[in-house]
Amino acid sequence: MVDVNRDNRPLSPHLQVYRLPLVSNISILTRITGVGLIAGLVLVVWWFVAGAYSPEYFASADWLLTTWLGYLVLLGSLWALWFHFCNGLRHFFWDMGKGFELETVARTNWFVIGGSVVLTILTLLLV
Amino acid sequence: MAFKTDYSRVQGMGRAGDGVHHWWIQRLTSVALIPLTILFLIPFGRALGGGHEALMATYGQFGHALTAILFIGVACWHFSIGIQVVIEDYIHGKATRVTVLILTKLFSYTLAAAGILAVVKILFSA
Repeated sequence: MVDVNRDNRPLSPHLQVYRLPLVSNISILTRITGVGLIAGLVLVVWWFVAGAYSPEYFASADWLLTTWLGYLVLLGSLWALWFHFCNGLRHFFWDMGKGFELETVARTNWFVIGGSVVLTILTLLLV
Repeated sequence: MAFKTDYSRVQGMGRAGDGVHHWWIQRLTSVALIPLTILFLIPFGRALGGGHEALMATYGQFGHALTAILFIGVACWHFSIGIQVVIEDYIHGKATRVTVLILTKLFSYTLAAAGILAVVKILFSA
């Protein structure tokens, strides 16, 4: 069982020379949004802690979160939250062994991307 | 491995020693966060920017305070278990990995405690 062709075999596609399929980029972005969302959670908890501390301290926290910079960070967090949420929903189907067909994945990719945008806009309309 | 019975191997529950517990908590907190995210975001978004009166009016209500406590607690739990996987994937030195893992766990629990305590105080002082 000597492998005579050892040095001539094709290499598997390397990350640096291989254009990742959309599903992989969504997967990576799900992890990035998951880690990044801690910033949003820290801001939310800080807002509550300021509110428990004193009305004066809360006024500055409430003001900072509603400046354009604060809104921008919260808007980014909101989109990240819904993106992570939508791909999480897809993972439940994958956990059940459903939706692994390439056509289905290609379709649910757009459910994740579109869903994150639609849910972000819907949240902004509701609050 | 060769000297172990199948039963004792299964009892050890794999390399991490706790079987599917981590996987299961990740799913459990995910499922819990589906309704909690929706129930939390709407009143929070409406109170945001409304000053101290809006905060007290919203989180002085038992239901909104309960939702906020559950959301913060479960989100911190979900974060602590999720960031653990990221750390285990990318930090290879054992001493650094364990140190960073401990720090993120303590950070998550502290954040949860701070948020929950703050909401409780707001509820009781409203």
